[in-house]
Amino acid sequence: MSLLEITNLKVSFDTEDGQVQAVRDISLSLDEGEILALCGESGCGKSVTAMSVPRLLPPETTRLSGSIKLDGRELTTLPEAEMRKVRGKTVSVVFQEPMTSLNPSFTVGYQIAEVLRRHEGLSRQAAARRAVELLELVGIPAPARRVKEYPHQLSGGMRQRVMIAIAVACSPRVLIADEPTTALDVTIQAGVLDVFRDLRDRLGTAIILITHDLGVVADIADRAVVMYAGRAVEQAPVGGLFAGPRHPYTLGLMNALPSAAVDGRLAEIPGLVPSPLSDPDECAFQDRCARAQADCRLSRPPLTHQADDHLAACFHPGGQS
Amino acid sequence: MPMAGLVLVVAFVLLALLGPLVTGDPAEQDYLATLAAPSGAHPMGTDDLGRDAFARIAHGAQVSLQAGVLSTLLAMVVGIPIGLVAGFYRRWLDPIVMRLVDVTLAFPFLVFAVGLAAIIGPSLKGVVLALGFSQLPAIIRITRGEVLAVREMDYVAAAIADGSGDGHIIFRYVLPNCASPLIVQATVAIPAAIIGEATLSFLGLGVQPPTPSWGVMLTTAQQYLSDAPWLAVWPGLMIALATLGFNLLGDGLRDVLDPRSHR
Amino acid sequence: MILRIDNLVKHYGPVRAVDGLSLEIGEGEVLGLVGESGSGKSTVGKCVLRLTEPTSGTIELAGRDITHLQRRAMRPLRRDVHMVFQDPFSSLNPRFSIERIVAEPLLRHKVTDRREVSRRVGAMLERVGLRQEMRKRFPHELSGGQRQRVGLARALILEPKLVVADEPVSALDVSVQASVLNLITDLQRDMGFSCLFITHDLSVVEFLADRIAVMYLGRIVESGPTADIFAGPRHPYTQALLSAAPVADPVKQRERRRIVLGGDVPSPLDPPPGCRFHTRCPLAYDECRVTEPLLNDPRGGGHPAACHLVTADRVPDAALPR
Repeated sequence: MSLLEITNLKVSFDTEDGQVQAVRDISLSLDEGEILALCGESGCGKSVTAMSVPRLLPPETTRLSGSIKLDGRELTTLPEAEMRKVRGKTVSVVFQEPMTSLNPSFTVGYQIAEVLRRHEGLSRQAAARRAVELLELVGIPAPARRVKEYPHQLSGGMRQRVMIAIAVACSPRVLIADEPTTALDVTIQAGVLDVFRDLRDRLGTAIILITHDLGVVADIADRAVVMYAGRAVEQAPVGGLFAGPRHPYTLGLMNALPSAAVDGRLAEIPGLVPSPLSDPDECAFQDRCARAQADCRLSRPPLTHQADDHLAACFHPGGQS
Repeated sequence: MPMAGLVLVVAFVLLALLGPLVTGDPAEQDYLATLAAPSGAHPMGTDDLGRDAFARIAHGAQVSLQAGVLSTLLAMVVGIPIGLVAGFYRRWLDPIVMRLVDVTLAFPFLVFAVGLAAIIGPSLKGVVLALGFSQLPAIIRITRGEVLAVREMDYVAAAIADGSGDGHIIFRYVLPNCASPLIVQATVAIPAAIIGEATLSFLGLGVQPPTPSWGVMLTTAQQYLSDAPWLAVWPGLMIALATLGFNLLGDGLRDVLDPRSHR
Repeated sequence: MILRIDNLVKHYGPVRAVDGLSLEIGEGEVLGLVGESGSGKSTVGKCVLRLTEPTSGTIELAGRDITHLQRRAMRPLRRDVHMVFQDPFSSLNPRFSIERIVAEPLLRHKVTDRREVSRRVGAMLERVGLRQEMRKRFPHELSGGQRQRVGLARALILEPKLVVADEPVSALDVSVQASVLNLITDLQRDMGFSCLFITHDLSVVEFLADRIAVMYLGRIVESGPTADIFAGPRHPYTQALLSAAPVADPVKQRERRRIVLGGDVPSPLDPPPGCRFHTRCPLAYDECRVTEPLLNDPRGGGHPAACHLVTADRVPDAALPR
């Protein structure tokens, strides 16, 4: 059995314009020690899917159905008090913006120690010692000195490492990282990605990495789920995914990268993402798709096995290239 | 709710403009009915001199409207250009303007109003000047703050790149994008000025009897609070309703004026 | 030369954003100015547009020194240079219609005949791929990609000699980015303007720049023809930058030799003495901490680098630290 099992998750938000369907129907699983990338463009539902796990969506406006099981325990119906113990301890999150996620009034050492004291019941001294170890774990030089510093004294890359240190302080089973390197420069990004790899290798942490950057997916993920309009359109180990994308949207994304230019031109994906307010029973990508045929408008293609571990939701999938 | 605000404000303006036409002379005294309770002849009762309270409320609405609108207009006409120039050009001008604003803010409003009344005599003109001056610092501050934010927007840089002159940028780019908070501020300032007029007149620094004003009415009512409580209720209620109306309208305008809210 | 920048310095108080930068852009040439945050690349663009006052140095636009021109004197010269901004949301006046935004440069340069303005706006909108019914719309009704097209139309309607594009596609999704990049390429080829393309994204400049200049802490550390820079980067920083950008191919990406730079970019408040890169450079030696290397080109090919280790017969390799 997988560590995390999401089944038929649907998430919508009440807005002035109606019900925005952020996640229309997604099922996925995450194994122990696995790095799973959730990728796609803005509005595809990748962040909402991941944030449903620790239930970090605004409860007043969110409507959620489906099942999220962690170690066989259903999270969607867990009382809030129980959920608080799961958050930060079993499941923790690293956000994109490292500046606004840290409290500017406390030293980084205090902020790490606070988590340890709350969740692990460590004494003040033990927590302080562990904070130094954690900073060392995430590759911050001179950690004994850095624990005494305030967030504004650290650079963006260092702050993101501190956020990761806080997130892994209680050795979570699942770490959710939402665009963790998007705000960072490439030379800094490489180091932060190394930290994630290292955490997985050393602690066996399973990681859900939310990213729009296919380069990052290729670099670090074991498996990837490509999302479009609130659904998974393709799911595969990264080797197979990049070697032979089956869904035309995945292929379109790869060909749209500047590095994939052919004769000085990039492949464009024509048209726009469908409205999040409706959900007709058809392939959501059909009106932008070169392979679309009559059947694509008649019903929605289900996610089916194309090869071992390689799933795609398309009636006319591409072969292996 | 914004609609309720609009209704209240329109009712208030209509009362000020049309009320005096339908009511009697607010100075006419009916010695047979002093401090009379509301009745068919006097729907809001009469005061100590037997004057019709409804007529006085209607005429007083004119005074309140003038005090509220004119003083706010005065503050805007003087304050917005100062805030625009200080915020847009910064340099040496901005610190000078802001220190002056601080000094003005530190100056007690009532002391200023008393001084002004001493110089030009207690009158509506004095009330408008005193209230306008007291609103000035807020208008300058808000304008300047908005200008500082707007001038950092890329569209202002783009306007410079277009070849636009400063005047064009200020009036076509900066001012329109600062307008909504200023209009909202006006809907806060007008009721504040209405209360201010009532306060000054209540203290005898504003409109003088026999000219009816809600503040003057309250002064009178204070003496007969136990015998004729309605005399205090009407002006008090009117001040409260006018204030509420403008504030609700302001909330509505805030949403309407945001170009992003149009779909 | 359309643009010639010589020894440009721009300090914001104690911050040395640009600290002695020289570059040239020829007619119809696209120069990619690449750097990470804090390198000063955006400040260069602002100086060229005279949106900020250079501290010292010279900027020549089409042969004319514009470094310290008064705002009023600069205005007629703005026919020749315009800018495309990064943020598609804050770069368009929310109170103007699309038509008005695109017409503004014409109106500011005394093209006032209404039919003429309308015709040219219509033609320009068509060129950037926007339908005529967009004319009456307002910026908030458009998608990010459509707004960037409006920004391009505004920048190009006077057919300027130079366009400064500051990260024009960084805020866009990959699929939208592709169509805007194709559009920029087409427009540049058809209209022949020169372009200073400022970006942090190497794959974007590889796609559209003729030449690349790499900035680090306010200075250029390497410049040269795009193909040469990608085939044989000479400066250790360029090498690190190229190796750090992940490629979308797991097989290649996981086999690549990577140069991991230690530490952070030093503060532009207090750039290190000697070579500015020495605090992070895996190859730094004593001299780097003392003497600042100048851009020079001992190997030829119009491909200078500012590194002591680049000599006529040797190029350093940051992946092989000594």
